[in-house]
Amino acid sequence: MSVPSSNDSILSVRGLTKVFYSGVFRRQATVAVKDVWFEMKPGTILSLIGESGSGKTTIGKLILKLIQPTSGQIIYKGTDIAHLKNKEQLRDYYRKVQGVFQDPFATFNPLYRVDRIFNMVYSSFGLDQGKKDEQVREVLESVNLDPDRTLGKFPHQLSGGQLQRLLIARTLLMDVDILIADELISMLDASTRIGILNLLVDICKSRGMSILFITHDLNLGYYISDYTLIMYKGRLVEKGDTKKIYENPVHPYTKMLFESVPDIHRKWDRSEEFLPEHVVQEVREFYAANEGRGFEDVEEEHTVLFSDR
Amino acid sequence: MSENILEVKNLRAYYKVLKGEVKAVDDLTFNVRKGEILGVAGESGCGKSTLANTLISRKPPLHYISGEVRLLGKDIMHMPSEQFRKMRFRNISLIPQYALDAFSPTRRIKQFISDLVRDHGIKADQKFMAKVVDRLRLVNLDESVLDRYSIELSGGMKQRIILTISTILDPEFLIADEITSALDVSSQRYVATMLANFRDEGIIGSAMFITHDLSILYQIADKILIMYAGNLVEIGPTDEIIKNPRHPYTRALIASLPQVGIQYKDHRLEGIEGTPPALLNIGEGCRFRFRCPYMSAKCEGSPALENVSLDHQVSCWYWKEVESDVSA
Ligand SMILES: Nc1ncnc2c1ncn2[C@@H]1O[C@H](COP(=O)(O)OP(=O)(O)OP(=O)(O)O)[C@@H](O)[C@H]1O
Ligand SMILES: Nc1ncnc2c1ncn2[C@@H]1O[C@H](COP(=O)(O)OP(=O)(O)O)[C@@H](O)[C@H]1O
Ligand code: SF4
Ligand SMILES: [Mg+2]
Ligand SMILES: [Mg+2]
Repeated sequence: MSVPSSNDSILSVRGLTKVFYSGVFRRQATVAVKDVWFEMKPGTILSLIGESGSGKTTIGKLILKLIQPTSGQIIYKGTDIAHLKNKEQLRDYYRKVQGVFQDPFATFNPLYRVDRIFNMVYSSFGLDQGKKDEQVREVLESVNLDPDRTLGKFPHQLSGGQLQRLLIARTLLMDVDILIADELISMLDASTRIGILNLLVDICKSRGMSILFITHDLNLGYYISDYTLIMYKGRLVEKGDTKKIYENPVHPYTKMLFESVPDIHRKWDRSEEFLPEHVVQEVREFYAANEGRGFEDVEEEHTVLFSDR
Repeated sequence: MSENILEVKNLRAYYKVLKGEVKAVDDLTFNVRKGEILGVAGESGCGKSTLANTLISRKPPLHYISGEVRLLGKDIMHMPSEQFRKMRFRNISLIPQYALDAFSPTRRIKQFISDLVRDHGIKADQKFMAKVVDRLRLVNLDESVLDRYSIELSGGMKQRIILTISTILDPEFLIADEITSALDVSSQRYVATMLANFRDEGIIGSAMFITHDLSILYQIADKILIMYAGNLVEIGPTDEIIKNPRHPYTRALIASLPQVGIQYKDHRLEGIEGTPPALLNIGEGCRFRFRCPYMSAKCEGSPALENVSLDHQVSCWYWKEVESDVSA
């Protein structure tokens, strides 16, 4: 079944909702993600920003098809991924849509050397083995790793930054369309982080990849992304062109984020009382004052959730 | 001039392992004045936590090697451990890195608190708990958290509880190791600000705030100490370090910080090539030389700590040349 996809998106997220049931008789419902809409386009980086527990990772997992949505759709190249059924289609999807996560140590089998990790990519995704050695060296070089000093090593012999480069190299080999980077670099030092960020930008632009960059660091989000999505308690509350959102945040949660971010050009105002809990009340008042409005554009490519009622 | 709470002179502390010595704290000299918040920053593995642990408790394989540490004028490196134990919480208190992980999911917060203080010979009696409740209010938590389990609380709330308990006996000196690292930005701001407020209100005297995030130090520290591979490379007033750094490493570190207003399209930031050297049996010479654009033959020898001004010291052979290099 094919669904017409809007304009030039490679992936459309439409009304995505995920409810987790837990506790005795699975009676306790957690609405992790509620009615989320956005588009991913080739050659662009989207940052997904929000506090812990706001649903960022859940969105990532839904796109990676590691969990199933409660409702809503994820349309990849015109097809709802819920309808990908046969093995061939699924394998293709899992190859083209990849995730890289915060803890690279957990991703790699500690007993496998790097060359074996790459061999497995070829066998499990049925890639053409013919040019394997050449291709592996090429992708390693493009992430600034020296193949001769990397291939024979075990994961624990590499630094966190090198492992993350390795993860990225793997996705290049698979010629990925969509990359979900979940808190990819929060573990790394500032000095190493920038190298990885620049690498992501470069491969995104040169290969036309589409990247969902999940972070709670606004500064990183600003640096790397073309578009920004702000999540608060499972809802997308503000989205649009990165510069527009940063210059003119409208939702009270977004504003609070901007007031908190530590920046070396601006000191926190310590004379005003700052309390993270206040935002709950502020959001409630904002929604009450704007009742019935829902999502509205405040300018071109800048949309805000004015009320959830 | 105000008095020093902590005086550290040529301090060395190494991990003694089978293959030799990991020189994680190697020749540090600095002071912390009364009422001051000293920020300590540097890449992961540069020795920040080792410094904290050296000041508090040196458990094998970590060993004190040489140098002097005076807390409130007392030599704490040669003090009998029983005597030092009496200073814990009362004079000096540590919030260790990963303190958040110490909460047990099956115990109530109340029990967690009494376990924690009992280890230091403090009884969690009614009077003590009344004080806890009082102090919790300062961090916007009410009494009811005491009966909750840790999984019911956010990381930010747990860190507030830890901050409260660690400072309950009004220590003159608090060491906080990466207390904001696992938190959301809003909780980071809250917890870091609270620590500064505690200082303003005299609940704590001075503090050492350790983090790998320089931009947080810019918000609350009076003075910043930059560590690299076990060495102190630069120390000075916060604004000086951030706006006018002299050491090549400090400069590179600051230049690699993403800032709101800088997007890859407009200005491409550069990181620092390479990684810090292994500290096992590391020899003479400036430890940054393998990554330093200004390196020359002289850097094979260890540079001394020189005065930029009275409050500002740097350890680099070429800091004067670096300062006038506008291209960097
Ligand atoms: N498997 C699950 N079962 C039950 N609840 C879940 C499950 N996975 C996530 N949740 C809940 O869904 C909500 C969103 O979680 P999610 O992991 O997506 O947050 P996040 O934004 O990625 O947070 P963080 O910044 O901490 O990574 C949370 O309330 C979480 O506890
Ligand atoms: N128990 C230990 N035995 C040997 N080396 C250690 C031990 N703990 C830490 N180290 C080493 O000491 C150095 C400094 O570590 P640490 O103080 O934890 O750094 P930071 O807190 O700045 O990240 C690192 O090289 C680390 O590998
Ligand atoms: S001493 Fe030499 S190598 Fe070290 S920071 Fe200075 S110029 Fe660079
Ligand atoms: Mg997550
Ligand atoms: Mg540490």
